[in-house]
Amino acid sequence: MRMRTVSLALLLILAMVVSACAPAPEPSAPAPAATEAPAADAAATEPPAEEPAAGEAAPAASGTVIKVATQSPLSGPQSVLGTAIKNGAQLALEQNSAKLQEMGFTVELAPFDDQATPDTGVANAKQIVGDPAVLCLVGHLNSGVAIPSSEEYHNAQLAMVSPANTNPLITTRGYPEVNRIVGRDDVQGVVGAEFANTEMGVKSVYILHDKTAYGQGIAEFFRQKAEELGMNVLGFEGTEEQANFDSVLTPILAANPDLVYFGGIYSQGGLILKQMREKGITAQFLGPDGLDSSEMANLAGDYVKDMYFTTTAGPLSLFPKAKQFIADYEARFGEQVQPYAAEGFDAMNICLNGIAAAVEANGGALPSRAQVAAAVRATADYDGITGMKTFNEIGDLTVAQYFVKQVKSSDPAEWGAAEVVKVLDIPAPASN
Amino acid sequence: MHLRRVNPFKEILRPLGQLLIFIAGSAVVISAITLLLAVLLRPTRIDIDILQTTLVLLPQVLIDGITLGFMYAIIAMGYTMVYGVLEFINFAHGEFVMFGAFAGVELLIWLNAQGMLKTAELGLALVWITLAVLLGMVVAGSLAVTTERLAYRPLRGAPRLVPLIAAIGVSFLLQDTMRFLQSAINGDFYRTFPEFGPFAQRLTLFTVDMNGRPIDVAIQYKAIMLIAFGVVMLVALNYLVNATRLGKAIRSVAQDQKTAALMGIDVNRIIALTFLIGGALGGAAGVLWAFRFTRVDPYMGFIPGLKAFTAAVLGGIGSIVGAMLGGMVLGLLESFSAAYFSIFSRGAFGAEYKDIFAFGILILVLIFRPQGLLGGKTTQKA
Repeated sequence: MRMRTVSLALLLILAMVVSACAPAPEPSAPAPAATEAPAADAAATEPPAEEPAAGEAAPAASGTVIKVATQSPLSGPQSVLGTAIKNGAQLALEQNSAKLQEMGFTVELAPFDDQATPDTGVANAKQIVGDPAVLCLVGHLNSGVAIPSSEEYHNAQLAMVSPANTNPLITTRGYPEVNRIVGRDDVQGVVGAEFANTEMGVKSVYILHDKTAYGQGIAEFFRQKAEELGMNVLGFEGTEEQANFDSVLTPILAANPDLVYFGGIYSQGGLILKQMREKGITAQFLGPDGLDSSEMANLAGDYVKDMYFTTTAGPLSLFPKAKQFIADYEARFGEQVQPYAAEGFDAMNICLNGIAAAVEANGGALPSRAQVAAAVRATADYDGITGMKTFNEIGDLTVAQYFVKQVKSSDPAEWGAAEVVKVLDIPAPASN
Repeated sequence: MHLRRVNPFKEILRPLGQLLIFIAGSAVVISAITLLLAVLLRPTRIDIDILQTTLVLLPQVLIDGITLGFMYAIIAMGYTMVYGVLEFINFAHGEFVMFGAFAGVELLIWLNAQGMLKTAELGLALVWITLAVLLGMVVAGSLAVTTERLAYRPLRGAPRLVPLIAAIGVSFLLQDTMRFLQSAINGDFYRTFPEFGPFAQRLTLFTVDMNGRPIDVAIQYKAIMLIAFGVVMLVALNYLVNATRLGKAIRSVAQDQKTAALMGIDVNRIIALTFLIGGALGGAAGVLWAFRFTRVDPYMGFIPGLKAFTAAVLGGIGSIVGAMLGGMVLGLLESFSAAYFSIFSRGAFGAEYKDIFAFGILILVLIFRPQGLLGGKTTQKA
């Protein structure tokens, strides 16, 4: 009898382990899911997409509601960045919806929490495209969430402006609705590898990643370039652990590289840095913009000093127009400006400008989603907080800026003071 | 149960000796197998010297494995003691661990906000961390007693699967309660163990030269402290169960509830006490887990709970000594397979496969010894 309970329990354990092996950050390659989506959902999502077009016939009654949705993680370990996106977008909407109001529309924000998980992002996306009042979307912090979710937007012809997604696949699918106002991983990984080679004098590197589209993607581009530059790549390993990184760190102790590169987000990155120093790994530490959060300093304490990260989000201090934004943001939300808040602000403005342009082109009537998408894609020389934005034919910026920053203080409140050690203006790679 | 005079001194030394034997035994066996593999596989790699790499990593891997083993062993106590008295697997135990961890971490975060941690020297830092561990024990212990009273006691006569399912339900309930509380109070449900004291320092044992570069082989103060806490707790529990009247009552309830009741033992009280002790140990383990790995979240208790349960089964569920051995073996296995798998397999199997390896060993052990390593006739039931 007792043995039966034990074996029952073991079965249960097995089931639980299997289910637990797929925790929040779903790593499974989003590509296959993405290719399935259009066929399956095209029919389902088409009707709501038509609705705004049908509403055109009636003149825009004063107070016709236009919604702009945001999707970003508002809960969970990455909510610091996700909330910044939402707040930035909210601020832009509050400041700049006057023009649309004069045209007789009420503009509302529809914030969604994608929890940094593809499943939730896609479920939200279905809900968003099902609401005919939504004409534009500011969204996604995580590429792994943005890629499958944007399939839904594409089916519904809903314009999406990404404030943070750097995975090449966001735009290389060539969807007319999907745009981003930041650079690309294939470039960010390359920038990191070149910086490591020339400025850090690194000969050998051990690469870790978080198995997401974002982290692994960037790590692979880093590896390619590093090998090209003649660096010795001693290891390439992914991990989904959230707390105990012994298993990936001990082999690094033996490999003894000059540099540890981590492709991923600060929630893991901070702990990896801390635990690796505690193990006595003295290698330098470099990562992409996923590490750009003051939480990094909270988690890793003193060890963050002198670490480098590459980013597509320039420090606001570099942009002359940011002062007003910082003041407004702090007055409105009563907290420090976090990374991606300004990008959220710019993305929302591009959305609003696009909608306004589409309304004008449509003779003052409510435009269809396709018209808005075309107007957003036509954005040229938008003078935003984070620089001039012009979209190319696939929705990338014609010229994007990349930055390498070095952390100077272990105080989380001083995170923004990280020093920019290199700025690069790099044109978008040729679309393929 | 027989009435014998106990020698308190002996009751402290015996578990200490057992622990030492378990640690040394499993460490030596696993190290020997690893080194043998390294020697055998040496000719397969010319780019690095596998044997040298293995030797350089060995001390670190052993320390990681032993600290992890202690944590598994302490958590496993909660499973094994409850199983001992009720023959019931309390799947919510991992959540007691999580609640304890949050209690301790919240206390330290509060102390940190008062500015009391930044200045702490070694002695004071030790006091704070002990306080955090104690608070974790109190919170997790009372939670365990409450859970037993509200969720398990009403189901005591029910078929076996009923309380098991109830425990899984309690586990989800507790996870989401903590998630809700933390989200409501802090806006976020991840909390960070504040950095203080000299615990991150390392004691360099010796330095090895590898490919022209020196590698320090060192032990962290943190690891020493974790081991010290673990030893104290396991020895105290053994003393409590084997050498006190209360322990005698627990053992008698474990043997036969009805007869124990006839002898004038309040069975309900003893069962509640068993939950209290198991929960308190879990809470302590939670704080130590946070100390070691820095971050706590509402779902942190799940995987360690499963592993600790596995450790309890591996050692022979119901046996306290078995849980100590099982925890140690599982911790070391995990640490070794994580560190050496990718080296031995030329990177084909990453560290990710460590759990498959550890659980594979468990299955093998259970095929040949279904009662667990120390289960069966030699069982010393809690």
